[in-house]
Amino acid sequence: MSAARTFLSRRRGHKGRFDWSDVLTYAYLIAGVLIMFSPVIWTVASSFKTKAALTEFPPTFLPLAQVELEVEGFDDPLPLYEVAMEDGVVRQLVQVRRVGIEAQMIDPASPDDIIKVKIAQRKPVRKVQLAWNNYVEPLRSFKFITYFRNSIIVTVVATIITLIINSMAAFALSKYEFRGRNLIFVIIISTLMIPISVILVPVFLVLLNFGWINSLWGVIIPGAATPTGVFLLRQYMLTIPDDLMASARIDGASEWRIYWQIVLPLAAPALAVLAIFSVMWRWNDFLWPFLVLTQSELFTLQVGLNAFQGELDTQWHFILAMTVLTLLPITVVFAFLQRFITTGVASTGIK
Amino acid sequence: MSQEPVKSAKNPVVDFFGLIITKAMGALDVIFGPLQNLIGIKGMAYFFVLPNLLIFSIFVLFPVALNFYYAFTGGTNIFLSDRPFVGGENFAQLFDCENFTDPNTCNQDIFWRAVFNTAKFVVLQVGFMVFFALITALALNRNIVAKGFFRSVFFYPVLLSPVVVALIWKWILQRNGLLNAFLVALGGDKIPFLLEPNWAFFWIIFISVWAHMGFYTLILLAGLQAIPKNLYEAGNIDGTNAFQAFRHITLPLLMPTMLVVMVLSLIRAVQTFDEVFAFTGGGPGTATLLMVQYIYQTGFATQIQRFGLAASASVLLGSVLLVFTLLQLYLGRRSDAV
Repeated sequence: MSAARTFLSRRRGHKGRFDWSDVLTYAYLIAGVLIMFSPVIWTVASSFKTKAALTEFPPTFLPLAQVELEVEGFDDPLPLYEVAMEDGVVRQLVQVRRVGIEAQMIDPASPDDIIKVKIAQRKPVRKVQLAWNNYVEPLRSFKFITYFRNSIIVTVVATIITLIINSMAAFALSKYEFRGRNLIFVIIISTLMIPISVILVPVFLVLLNFGWINSLWGVIIPGAATPTGVFLLRQYMLTIPDDLMASARIDGASEWRIYWQIVLPLAAPALAVLAIFSVMWRWNDFLWPFLVLTQSELFTLQVGLNAFQGELDTQWHFILAMTVLTLLPITVVFAFLQRFITTGVASTGIK
Repeated sequence: MSQEPVKSAKNPVVDFFGLIITKAMGALDVIFGPLQNLIGIKGMAYFFVLPNLLIFSIFVLFPVALNFYYAFTGGTNIFLSDRPFVGGENFAQLFDCENFTDPNTCNQDIFWRAVFNTAKFVVLQVGFMVFFALITALALNRNIVAKGFFRSVFFYPVLLSPVVVALIWKWILQRNGLLNAFLVALGGDKIPFLLEPNWAFFWIIFISVWAHMGFYTLILLAGLQAIPKNLYEAGNIDGTNAFQAFRHITLPLLMPTMLVVMVLSLIRAVQTFDEVFAFTGGGPGTATLLMVQYIYQTGFATQIQRFGLAASASVLLGSVLLVFTLLQLYLGRRSDAV
C-alpha cells in the first residue's frame, strides 16, 4: 500500500519536498489573506490620520504628522522641516512664517536669525502620530454615542426576546403532540420564503398602526421570530430525551418549569449558536432600521454611519474612525469565537 | 418538588446570574402554573407556540396579504381606506414596454433598469462567488498548515456589516485612494471608479463577492470533507491524475452541495440592498440600481410615494424568490435522499 501511503503523506510527491500544487495552494491562500484583510487594515491605518494627511497623494501607510518644536520666544510650537541649503548641507529648521513661495525659517538653536528659504527646498519632518481626535469628535459632537447606545439596546433586547420566544416555540413543536402542530410548523418555515424586502410597504403600515414607526420597538419586534431559530432549536430539542419531562411531571413540575429548568439548560449549545447569529444579524442590520427610524436620535450605528457619510461627504477622517469602531465589537467576538462560529455555520448552512 | 439542577459553568458570575434568572423565571410559575391548571398540558403547548405565531402572523403573513391589496390599489396614501381600487393597472404600467429589451422604451423605465441591473448582478455575482468559493474550499481541503487560520480569514468579511463593507471599499476606491495610488505608481492614470457606470457595476459585484464568499466556502468545504477518502485512494491506485479525480470523483459528489450553494446565494443576491445602497446609492445615475432599492425608492423616497407600484414590484420580486426557494427545498430534499 505504498501508493496510498504516499498519497496520504503531507505533500504530493516526495516527502519533505514541495509539489507545484502546494506552491500554488499556498500562493492562493496568502493572496487571499491579503485581499481579505488589507482593506480593513488600511481603513484602521487611515482612520488615525489627520484630515489634511488624508488628502495627500500618494498616501502613506502609517499615520504621519509633522513634528513641531517649541522655540524660545514663540507661543506656539513651530513646524520642523529638513532644508537643502545652497551649499549642499541639509539642516533642520523650523518655519516661522510663509510668504508666497518664500519661507522664513530659523534654527531652533539660534532663534534670532531668520533664514529665508524657497519652499521647494523644504521637506517636512514627520513622525508617527495617531489622530485620536478622529475618534473623540464624532462621539462627542456627532451623536455617535447615541447611535452606539441604540444599537446595543436593539441587539441585546432583540436577542433576549428572540431566544425566549423561539425556544418556547421549538419546545412546543418538538415535545408536544397537538392538533395543528404540523400546520403551524409549515407556516413558520414558509415565512422563510418571505424576506423583509418583499413586504416593505405593508409592514410599514402595520407598524404605523402600532405607533412603532420611529421607535426602537419597531425595529426589535418584527424580526424577533425567526424561522431559522425555531428550526435550529427544534432540531436540537428533539434529541433531548422525553423521559426527563415525564419523570418531572410525575414529580409535579409544571410545564413552564419543565421548559425553563430542564429543557432550556440542556439546549444551551443551540441557544448559544442562535444568540451569536442574532447578535451578528441585529448589530449589522440596515434596511429595516433605515426604513423605520426617522429621527436621528434613534438611529442605530449602521443607519447613523450611512447618514453620516451621506451628509458630510468629505469628512472621511471621522467616517473612517466610526467605521473602525463599528466593526470592532464583531472583530473582537470573532477573534475569540472564530473556531466555534465557522464550525457552527458549516453545520447549519447545509440545512 | 424535585428539580433538575441547572448545568453550572465553572464561572461563579455565570452561576450567580444563572441562579437569579432561574429563580426569577421560576417565580413566573405563579402565573403560568394556574394557567396550566386552566388549559391543561396540551393547552400549554399552544401557549408556548403563541408569541412566535403572533409575530409571524402580524408582521409577515398578514403583510403578504396586504401587499396584494396595495398592488391592486392606487393613490398615494399608505392608509388603506383612501386607496381606490385600480385592478391590474399597476402591473399594466410596469409591463408597459414597446421593446422589452430596452428600458428606455418602457413606461416605468426605472423599474426595467432595476430588473436588468439585478439580473446582470445576480448572474455575475453568483457565478464569480461560487467559483472562488469552490477554489478556496479545494485549497482549504488539502493538507496545509494553519488550516483553521486560513478558514477564518476568508470568513471574516462575512461578519462585517454591509455599511462597513461599503465604506471600507469606498475609501479604497476614492480618486486619491489606495487603488489609484497603485495605478499611478505603476505608471497609469487615476480612474474615478465610482463615477463611471461600468466600473461602479464591476465594483458592486466585487465587494459583494468579497463580503460573502467565505460563508459559501465553508459550506463547500464541509461538502468536500464528506467525500470518502478511499475513493481517491482507489483512483490513485488505478492511476488517475488530479484532474480526472476532480472530474469523476469530486465534482459529481459535490454537485448536490454546489447546487444548494448556488440557489442559496441566488436568493440572497436578488435581495441585495444594504451594501450597494451605502456604496453607490444606486448610481451613478441608475447604473447600480437594484430591485430592492427600486421598491424602497418608489414607495418611500420620492415626493410622490407610489405604494401601489412598489407593492406590485414587490409581488413580482416575491414570486421570483418563491420559485428559487421552492427550488432550494426540492434540491435539499434530493440531497438528503442521496
